[in-house]
Amino acid sequence: MSLNRLSAITRKEIIQIRRDPRSLLIVFLMPAMLMALMGYGISLDQKNVPVCVFDREGSQQSQDLLKHFQASIYFNVVMVNDDYASLVRAIDRGKCSLGLVIPNDFSEQLRNGGEVDVQGIVDATDDNTANLIFGYGEAVVAGYSNDVQLQYLSSNGFATMNAPVSVQSRTWFNEDLDSSNFIVPGVVVLVMAVIGTFLTSLTVAREWERGTMEQLVSTPVTPLEVTIGKLIPYFALGFIDTIFCEAIAVFWFQVPFRGAFVMMFLASALFLAVVLLLGYWISAATKSQLAASQFSLVLTFLPAFLLSGFAFPIDQMPIAVQAITYLTPARYYLTLVKAIFLKGTGVAPLMPQMFALTLFATIVGRMALRSFRKVLE
Amino acid sequence: MENSVLVRDLVKRFGTFTAVDHVSFETQPGEVFGFLGPNGSGKSTTIRILCGLLHPTSGRAEVAGLDVVRSSEQIRRQIGYMSQKFSLYNDLTVIENLRFYGGLYNVVGGELDERIRWALAMAGLSGREHSLTGTLSGGWKQRLALGCAVLHRPRIIFLDEPTSGVDPVSRRRFWELIQELSAEGVTVFVTTHYMDEAEYCNRLALIFRGRLVALGTPTELKLNSVKGEILMIEASPLGQALEVVKTADGVRDAAVFGNALHVVVANADAAMTAVRTALDSRGIQIKRMGRIRPSLEDAFVALTSDGATRTAPSRADARTKSSCH
Amino acid sequence: MDSRSSDIEVRDLSKSFGDLIAVDHLSFSVHRGEIFGLVGPDGAGKTTTMRMLAGILAPESGAITVAGCDVIADPEAVKSRISYMPQRFGLYEDLTVDENIRFYADLFGVARKAREEKAAPLLTACGMSQFRTRLAGNLSGGMKQKLGLVCALIHTPRVLLLDEPTNGVDPVSRREFWGMLYSLLGQGVTILNSTAYLDEAERCHRLALLHNGRLLFCDEPENLKARLPGAVLSIVTSEGRRLRTELRHAPGVTGTVLVGDAIHIFVDDGARRLKEIRGRLDADHIDYAEIAEVPPTIEDVFVSATAEPEAA
Repeated sequence: MSLNRLSAITRKEIIQIRRDPRSLLIVFLMPAMLMALMGYGISLDQKNVPVCVFDREGSQQSQDLLKHFQASIYFNVVMVNDDYASLVRAIDRGKCSLGLVIPNDFSEQLRNGGEVDVQGIVDATDDNTANLIFGYGEAVVAGYSNDVQLQYLSSNGFATMNAPVSVQSRTWFNEDLDSSNFIVPGVVVLVMAVIGTFLTSLTVAREWERGTMEQLVSTPVTPLEVTIGKLIPYFALGFIDTIFCEAIAVFWFQVPFRGAFVMMFLASALFLAVVLLLGYWISAATKSQLAASQFSLVLTFLPAFLLSGFAFPIDQMPIAVQAITYLTPARYYLTLVKAIFLKGTGVAPLMPQMFALTLFATIVGRMALRSFRKVLE
Repeated sequence: MENSVLVRDLVKRFGTFTAVDHVSFETQPGEVFGFLGPNGSGKSTTIRILCGLLHPTSGRAEVAGLDVVRSSEQIRRQIGYMSQKFSLYNDLTVIENLRFYGGLYNVVGGELDERIRWALAMAGLSGREHSLTGTLSGGWKQRLALGCAVLHRPRIIFLDEPTSGVDPVSRRRFWELIQELSAEGVTVFVTTHYMDEAEYCNRLALIFRGRLVALGTPTELKLNSVKGEILMIEASPLGQALEVVKTADGVRDAAVFGNALHVVVANADAAMTAVRTALDSRGIQIKRMGRIRPSLEDAFVALTSDGATRTAPSRADARTKSSCH
Repeated sequence: MDSRSSDIEVRDLSKSFGDLIAVDHLSFSVHRGEIFGLVGPDGAGKTTTMRMLAGILAPESGAITVAGCDVIADPEAVKSRISYMPQRFGLYEDLTVDENIRFYADLFGVARKAREEKAAPLLTACGMSQFRTRLAGNLSGGMKQKLGLVCALIHTPRVLLLDEPTNGVDPVSRREFWGMLYSLLGQGVTILNSTAYLDEAERCHRLALLHNGRLLFCDEPENLKARLPGAVLSIVTSEGRRLRTELRHAPGVTGTVLVGDAIHIFVDDGARRLKEIRGRLDADHIDYAEIAEVPPTIEDVFVSATAEPEAA
């Protein structure tokens, strides 16, 4: 291998990238846009769910219950309705997602020690959200019930009694249960998967289409020199992009970074190698920019989104699909990214993922090299 | 006038690049009018403007008495156009292409059948109507494309580099077809970059970098463009002879043409003596030397190398160059 | 073929694309230091042949030796000894003249100093010295081809393969291009170029006429013309078309063609038919400026070799 030839290829690529405004747009604008879109657009939390209330009794106790709802960060009482029909209308129109109907004998039933039913109506057009609202709602009501019980006990002379069993839940790694901590790293993976492959998917195909490849292959340059030479600048760009996305994650979305920089560097380098080589392989095999860009989009976005564990948890998938996720490099990188960001994990526990990515890089690299041949046809 | 083309001060700019730079000319009905110039000189752009495919930046152009901008639809019905790439459908058969173009120009029924028969005979494709167009080689496609362009008997036809990439035999045959059409009164406007073909035209416009550099019959251009006279010298070895002749007395310019040198001199007799002496002193053998009439290439070179080449080359019409068949 | 060493040897070369036979058992050789022309129309197999010689297209059968290397056994070995200029502009339009030259110099291992020493005079010779920082995409067609030649010559190849290098280029640039080629002759560079311009064909030392993938002739231009059966008469007249119709089937006439302001008549016996036709023209009071036997051109050779039977 000739270092001279390799650096000539690299130098040429760098000049061409610098002079092409579109590639710079892809490198900087696209990740920022995607991060913004998906980081803000996707949120699995429900906060400040609008609640409307039909309080038939209007007593001190019913107001107490409502105050519990209002105090919760998950709920926001926005409307008080005078009748049932207007409550239902409010839900239909989307003015609130939860409607509460408090019966007109609420405080009487409480005083008598009976069970009181409060009707909760949830807009379940979004199944996931509905479940969450139900969950939160029940938690709030349970809190209120607890208070009522304690009040009753103490007013009847018993010492305050602690609940027999209480679950001390501690959420590790994501105390605020802030779903953006969970989602944003996934977005970083998704963005890098798509952009990484896209960057390189055009490079070889473009030269074939423009006719410059015909002249290039008539020179002594070797496929290895062309491949490495072309990949070096894109690797550098990919790294800049990764750091850029991670900076957005940490400084804009406030995702904590608890791991070691070296780990992040290694993991990103491996993943970049895989996605860049994938793009290169597509480019060399299709020799057509149009086909290459379509292939690269389909082969990166869908698996990274659906199968990496980003949108849907892998262990909830059918076994057959779980098997397929093992073939998705994004899956391993997502595990690595979340571990390094949120858990600060070291090398040893992450060896399997690193190894998987290395294996991928080797295989894809081999295929890429083989598909770039110095012949027409 | 019914079948002629009129162009006055035509200008076409693409951004900062001037493709057509104040071009003016007029064709006579029934003549074969050639637009001669290298790739990127503005030939295709001009033809497209005349066919109504491009709007000029400024200036005026009329085809068959109709303004190209205001009446472009009407013009299209009356002209025939053969584009640079022949625009035939490779996955259709010969007759399917003919029927398609006939349909586009509203030639139907018995008239269409008759015209198709004529086109097939003209192209030499009788009996091969059902061959896929993609399987035909250059010369056949070219004649078929011409047939498709004239099914509707237009009085003016525009041919953009019709002989590009076609073998010399087919090229000659094609020019004979053009001349036959012209004999029937059709005005033929054709562009080419082959200097030798330009001789087939009745009149020529030499175009270079968007500008018209000369206009006239081939003979007029050959006689009037070169200042001085032209010698033809066959000598061997040719490369060395070129070096020697370039520096001889009275020699203005010398270049290899064919297997001889074409030398532009002020005075033929004086120059011949000077050249003979110079070559003899180097032991270079002269096979033949004599005064010749300048060729069109000599004319073109004389007209375009007066300092124009060295200073500011035009921005290439890269589309045209990279699409060289 | 003869005792001179040959830099290119092609034996029984064949290549098909599906049903289309592009190159059909082609054999020829090119001697060291000569300019060899590959002439023929599009579809004749010129580009396919050149690509095989450059080692970028695998032949179906046959043998190729270029600059002493067996191209089929080891295509990569030949690439450091040749320069190939494809038909379509193969340099980078988004790189400047200098950047393109540097790129190709590096690919061929030319050191910086050597590169500078070679590039400067080459650029001067084609009038491009002041355009070194211009993007290649902004050059005219002629300049692009000249740049291509500079990049091809930057490493002093032994064999130069040029595929229609001057197609569509303005006459001045064409002449400069050929001027540069001629200056290489003294340096022992072997040049194989394909062309559709028959006047360029005349410039070559030897010529091969290709048609439908087959070799028709291979010889020096003079010999090819001498081999043309019969003679060519030229009548300068304004009544070319009329004469053509009349003389087409005259005795001894094998073909007629209009060339500019003259008509060329292919006859079997020059002297005899000249007298006959002159007599006929005079008898019919046809206006003509001159009638003479003229030396045939390469185009005439080609036409007579490849003429398809005309419709009667």
